[in-house]
Amino acid sequence: MLVIGATSAIAHAVARRYAARGARVFLVARNATLLATHGADLTTRGAGAVGTRVLDALDVAAHGAALDAAFTAFGGLDVALIAHGVLPDQAACERSVAELLDAFDVNARSTVALMSGLAQRFERQGSGVLAVISSPAADRGRASNFVYGASKAAVSVFAAGLRQRLYGRGVRVLTIVPGFVDTPMTASFKKGLLWASPEKVAADIDAALQRGFGVVYTPWFWRWIMLLIRCIPERVYVRMKL
Amino acid sequence: MSSWGRLSSALHETTWLQDRTSAADRISQTILPGIAIGNARSYGDVCLNNGGTAWRTRRLDKFISFDPASGLLECEAGVTLKEITDLVLPQGWFLPVTPGTQYVTVGGAIANDVHGKNHHSRGSFGDHVTGLTLLRTDGETIACGPSSNAEWFRATVGGMGLTGIVADAGLQLRRVNGPWVDSQVDIFESLEQFFELSRTQGASWEYTVAWIDCMAMPGGRARGVFFSGRHSDRTAPVPVPKARSAAWLPPVCVVTTRTSSLFNALYFRRHRQGVQRATQPYWAFFYPLDAISEWNRMYGPSGFYQYQCVVPEQGQLETVRALLEVIKASGAGSFLSVLKTFGARPPAGLMSFPMAGTTLALDFPNKGEESTRLFARLNALVAEAGGRLYPAKDAVMSAVMFCNGYPQAEQFRRYRDPGIESDMSRRLFAGRQ
Ligand SMILES: Cc1cc2nc3c(=O)[nH]c(=O)nc-3n(C[C@H](O)[C@H](O)[C@H](O)COP(=O)(O)OP(=O)(O)OC[C@H]3O[C@@H](n4cnc5c(N)ncnc54)[C@H](O)[C@@H]3O)c2cc1C
Ligand SMILES: NC(=O)c1ccc[n+]([C@@H]2O[C@H](COP(=O)([O-])OP(=O)(O)OC[C@H]3O[C@@H](n4cnc5c(N)ncnc54)[C@H](OP(=O)(O)O)[C@@H]3O)[C@@H](O)[C@H]2O)c1
Repeated sequence: MLVIGATSAIAHAVARRYAARGARVFLVARNATLLATHGADLTTRGAGAVGTRVLDALDVAAHGAALDAAFTAFGGLDVALIAHGVLPDQAACERSVAELLDAFDVNARSTVALMSGLAQRFERQGSGVLAVISSPAADRGRASNFVYGASKAAVSVFAAGLRQRLYGRGVRVLTIVPGFVDTPMTASFKKGLLWASPEKVAADIDAALQRGFGVVYTPWFWRWIMLLIRCIPERVYVRMKL
Repeated sequence: MSSWGRLSSALHETTWLQDRTSAADRISQTILPGIAIGNARSYGDVCLNNGGTAWRTRRLDKFISFDPASGLLECEAGVTLKEITDLVLPQGWFLPVTPGTQYVTVGGAIANDVHGKNHHSRGSFGDHVTGLTLLRTDGETIACGPSSNAEWFRATVGGMGLTGIVADAGLQLRRVNGPWVDSQVDIFESLEQFFELSRTQGASWEYTVAWIDCMAMPGGRARGVFFSGRHSDRTAPVPVPKARSAAWLPPVCVVTTRTSSLFNALYFRRHRQGVQRATQPYWAFFYPLDAISEWNRMYGPSGFYQYQCVVPEQGQLETVRALLEVIKASGAGSFLSVLKTFGARPPAGLMSFPMAGTTLALDFPNKGEESTRLFARLNALVAEAGGRLYPAKDAVMSAVMFCNGYPQAEQFRRYRDPGIESDMSRRLFAGRQ
């Protein structure tokens, strides 16, 4: 499998499950030191082989070579998981357009570029699973984090279209929608009942990668929470503090 | 944040250490003083720092390497013993020493130099640590082991987290044939019998431990069940334990003198009538308490104390008898009482708890003054015998009791990190920072 954003807590928890089964994993991340410690962890946990490649997702020109490396490392690829992302400070983005666009560059621009590159290669190969991590925030804009939400919405919509286009060509496209997950990204948040561990979410993602379809919410109840939120009439929603 | 005894709830400024490379910077950038919290399986205040910083280490959970030929494992300090077992047991290796729960981190096991049922044959956890990386709050990094920078190593093993943050460690595992344990159960009906069993069983079984019924004491004699175990030759896979939880319990203390007496009597009966020899999954033998997650909630919102002391070999029978008499007389029954003899191996750390002799561990619901009065009486007996208390379990010992039990404390102070304090260190090193 290929993991982009391999130092993400959620992605690593998924990669550990593959490693424990002896799978060969190719890790892509921007921090070389962390990439090495994450790789060693997976090797120790039983990965059949571990390949690594340093890539800053913002460096779009370098995407092609990195993806080629991943496809050739083990002679083809079954699964790709795109997990990198940032959670921007909403207030700061309202003050600074540059910051807003930075978040879009990572979450939206770099991600759709990578999805596109992967789609071409999977289509050529005639098989594969392409999974990308989006967010419930993408389902409806909220005053408290619509920059993040909108950047993830681009990913969700792109994935939906790609899923349709590649349907019947052996390539399965999955949109992974984790709820609140206790990871470095959310370190400063107060945790409550709705929060899940990266391991719990990883178990769901693992199952989805093997036989899931379409949009996968994890934990499952977020599908219904977001359905409810989407159903609220705009006139009511606009007054709510979410 | 509370520790396992749920006696208090401490407010911390929490900093999660995310990986071993960035940890040094994070530590030196936080507001001091701080203390490392592993998995908070200590019972008292050794891992609490009310009003200060808590460095959470659980995310330092990466393995670094494992050599299935030699059994040498290297990992970050937030890895739990369960994660290690899950990885190495299928490859024929096991922890050389394990406490009664597998939900402790490697860093916590080092800082309290934990012991298991095989202390008489294999010493404590620190005896099997091949090296560690210590991060100091002034930014210094010290690599140490039993033979390099050994004085730092000895201070850190059993050092209650006060010498620095352990980022990673090496551990020499031991070979086993499979995940099963052959065990034997013997009943004893006096302390003399217990010590006799310790001698005879200890010579031929790697693991020994006894449960005693400190509530019944018919005719003033202690009765109990003596467990012996050794790794079995059986290689078949073990079943997965059933997951149970006590999280649903109402927030009241269900442990009373009456329920404890009943439990203890039933427990004794079951073992007297039950099988004498068995082959059990390793988890059933080593971690019976892990079968019910959050069992500490049984004691309700006031929490509970664990009282664990060790008394030296010389006069151990008389001291243990006196301790049991005090407990019996106080009427404060202990739900679970454990008795074990330690071996004579020199301690791995400067401040390690184990010493040649006998250790007694008891659980008491927190009854405020009544509990502390009981501890004062027990402490007097322990001090007189030349024994000491276990910091991993303690929340109330005085600085005097500590210094008497651990005369090395003076020497230890030199290795303390000035940026690290805990509620316990403020109590035990009071006025002598
Ligand atoms: C059911 C149960 C059974 C037990 N049985 C036994 C037993 O049989 N024998 C025994 O010896 N103990 C036993 N214990 C106690 C337990 O093993 C110790 O308290 C252990 O130290 C807890 O580890 P932890 O990871 O939870 O650490 P914590 O409780 O979070 O912390 C313990 C100490 O370790 C320090 N620490 C943690 N991580 C680091 C680090 N990375 N660097 C530096 N310092 C660090 C903390 O500052 C603190 O001083 C038992 C506990 C329970 C709950
Ligand atoms: N946690 C949640 O509650 C939650 C909920 C819904 C969705 N998500 C999504 O889940 C995914 C994983 O997040 P996480 O929770 O596991 O958090 P995380 O551990 O903080 O992971 C985020 C990862 O993105 C990487 N990254 C950021 N910018 C990058 C760039 N320019 N190039 C390459 N890598 C970059 C980071 O790399 P460094 O390690 O180098 O910084 C980090 O590994 C993200 O897409 C996130 O949006 C999370």
